Amino acid sequence: MAARLAVSRWRAAPAAAGRGPLLSCRRWSGAKADTLYDVVVSGGGLVGTAMACALGHDIHFSDKKILLLEAGPKKVWEKLPETYSNRVSSISPGSATLLSSFGAWDHICNMRYRAFRRMQVWDACSEALIMFDKDNLDDMGYIVENDVIMRALTKQLEAVSDRVTVLYRSRAVGYTWPYPFTMADSSPWVHITLGDGSTLQTKLLIGADGHNSGVRQAAGIQNVSWSYDQSAVVATLHLSEATENNVAWQRFLPSGPIALLPLSDTLSSLVWSTSHEHAAELVGMDEEKFVDTVNSAFWSDANHTDLIDAAGSLLQSAVAFLKPTKVSARQMPPSVARVDAKSRVLFPLGLGHAAEYVRPRLALIGDAAHRVHPLAGQGVNMGFGDVSSLVRHLSAAAFNGKDLGSMSHLTGYETDRQRHNTALLAATDLLKRLYSTRAAPLVLLRTWGLQATNAVSPLKEQIIAFASK
Amino acid sequence: MWGGRKLSSCGNRFVGGLRSRCWGTRAEGARLSSSAENQFSWTPQTNPWVFSEYSMMWFKSYRITFACLSRMKIYRYPWTRLYGTSQTTVDSSEIKTFVALAHRWWDEQGVYAPLHSMNDLRVPFIRDNLLKTVAHHQPGKPLSGMKILDVGCGGGLLTEPLGRLGASVIGIDPVDENIKTAQHHKSFDPVLEKRIEYRACSLEEIVEETAETFDAVVASEVIEHVIDLETFIQCCYQVLKFGGSLFITTVNKTQLSYALGIVFSEQIAGIVPKGTHTWEKFVSPEKLESILESNGLSVHTVAGMLYNPFSGYWHWSENTSLNYAAHAVKSMRQEPPVPAGFVFTGKTEELHDKDSINPGVQEELKK
Repeated sequence: MAARLAVSRWRAAPAAAGRGPLLSCRRWSGAKADTLYDVVVSGGGLVGTAMACALGHDIHFSDKKILLLEAGPKKVWEKLPETYSNRVSSISPGSATLLSSFGAWDHICNMRYRAFRRMQVWDACSEALIMFDKDNLDDMGYIVENDVIMRALTKQLEAVSDRVTVLYRSRAVGYTWPYPFTMADSSPWVHITLGDGSTLQTKLLIGADGHNSGVRQAAGIQNVSWSYDQSAVVATLHLSEATENNVAWQRFLPSGPIALLPLSDTLSSLVWSTSHEHAAELVGMDEEKFVDTVNSAFWSDANHTDLIDAAGSLLQSAVAFLKPTKVSARQMPPSVARVDAKSRVLFPLGLGHAAEYVRPRLALIGDAAHRVHPLAGQGVNMGFGDVSSLVRHLSAAAFNGKDLGSMSHLTGYETDRQRHNTALLAATDLLKRLYSTRAAPLVLLRTWGLQATNAVSPLKEQIIAFASK
Repeated sequence: MWGGRKLSSCGNRFVGGLRSRCWGTRAEGARLSSSAENQFSWTPQTNPWVFSEYSMMWFKSYRITFACLSRMKIYRYPWTRLYGTSQTTVDSSEIKTFVALAHRWWDEQGVYAPLHSMNDLRVPFIRDNLLKTVAHHQPGKPLSGMKILDVGCGGGLLTEPLGRLGASVIGIDPVDENIKTAQHHKSFDPVLEKRIEYRACSLEEIVEETAETFDAVVASEVIEHVIDLETFIQCCYQVLKFGGSLFITTVNKTQLSYALGIVFSEQIAGIVPKGTHTWEKFVSPEKLESILESNGLSVHTVAGMLYNPFSGYWHWSENTSLNYAAHAVKSMRQEPPVPAGFVFTGKTEELHDKDSINPGVQEELKK
């Protein structure tokens, strides 16, 4: 008895001293009348909605109750606007498979998307380039507007509204976690308190609430993060002339990578990661100047130095000698004529990785678990990969009658995804740092490295395969 | 980490009960209270006074638990001593034991971790064999419409997954505390509350009222604790519907099972609590098959199971010399019960002596 009093005392103390949106931990089951959900997904972004959708369509979840909590208002989707949105994502074939598994990809195909077959990545400080090309007729990836993806997901979510409930304008303000072991009278479920005071219980809470995840903070999961003193500028650009436009272009400038992603025959999307000041300047400058800046960023050779050029051409001739058939001449991206009015927006960049993806009755997916630089176009794909893996584990657990919040299958998901995500995060961070400098030795290293990688086709295929998952 | 009961953590048990319990919680505490905010200390690491209080409670409960467990071993299936100590009234010192036992049954990384991870094998085994008997099933509730009896359900480790899969399950166990734990654990889930019923009794007690009502009877890790296996199997036969399935998992009686199952698991590594098993009561698959066949249950499957103490997971195996699972189906029963050792192939036998057939079977034959 005394021990139990002591237990409740030490639990109250940290709760009282705790900062942030944390209520004191209630232990009694006076909340037994609350609805008990099987799964609650906190966060209705791309990844959270995809998670709710995938679970709702899963056959082993036919009699389970799923809830999606979204802080924003319900969006009424009218006709698709003519103008393209400036926030786009590069969807890998693996993510496309996930989306088609619950029927969302068909909706996307009926709206609009752009498949690309080739990707050219090159350096501003040298002639080195790498060209990713799929020899067979498969697509390397798809450029889809985020709004289009959300529309498709929402449509599929409405199709399973008997299983999945969506609460809009609902923000969770407090979480009560279960004890690691069963104690008399303590509820084994996660209790969530919403902003309007209502409470609900769940057997599994999935945190999909973005890189400032409230769920992750409330659980006290350590997050390794740093900000890249960079912001990304996005815009919708009109090309000078209509082209086939199925190539994705990315050039590494010393200030940061600039990418041109195809949207249609005449439109492309720009993603330019650069320093905060330069980004603000780009968003503020008038349209003509902006267009000129973009064109010169892609075309200008101002950053070339003779030393690097000589070294680069040396390796290039060696490669050409060894593999005379493969000639990768540097191709130029299409030139830009106009920029869509009001389509220029900037947002800050950073890296983040949660030390643990899972706790008993808790799993993190998407940006809540990992945040990455957009230079590899992998952010949302990693999130969709998390969804794929977690749905697979949960579906098997449900078919085995397991308690959904049990660590035994949640750790399987964590191991699965941490292996993949950590490697990708590390590689992206390394590339970002490697290409942020003008120092000659590093430029030389990366020039030769890029040329060598370009020459070794199996290596390129491995890279494509890893990024396509 | 959060993995199953692994061999590395068993080294602690070797040293002593008290310390192992504290080390376990300390390791968890270190991992869980590592964040800078420290809002959720899962263990009372921050308060030394509380810590020692907690450890005293564990020490006492650990000793009491062991006494209880050794009692459980003896009185698990007391056919001759039906109303033994399992019917004691719960007194205040037992409340602490109850709390400790409750923790033990449902702590997935605790003493019963191997039983928790055995669910990965036995639930699909039961589910898939039962699904073979139906033409189509409801997605999400594959076992709905089935009535299952879980004999020796303990804390309900196997009963709950079967309930989640849609079956109506009755779990019985002669130990009162186990039933209380199981009741308490399922009370939080409204779906399970409806589908599962627990009773503190033995199989013999309910044979009369539940004759021929169950689609399946599950006796997992039970027959090695039973005193009279023949009577037990006969009772299982009686409560099964015609065509119903009997699922048994148990330990083989071999030298290997003595070495690994008793000496290593109990005495050295502490994977299984000491005194849980008695080698003499282990049953070999051949003996089990002969008893089943002679009592009208035709054996469909016998499969070996192996436990990897390092990973904490079970695997199916060709080798039945340690643990094994058996699936038998109640088929036509023509002969009166014969002594074990005389093996029938029940299906092809003709009817002989009607007088000595059980009333239940007689009704079945009349249909």
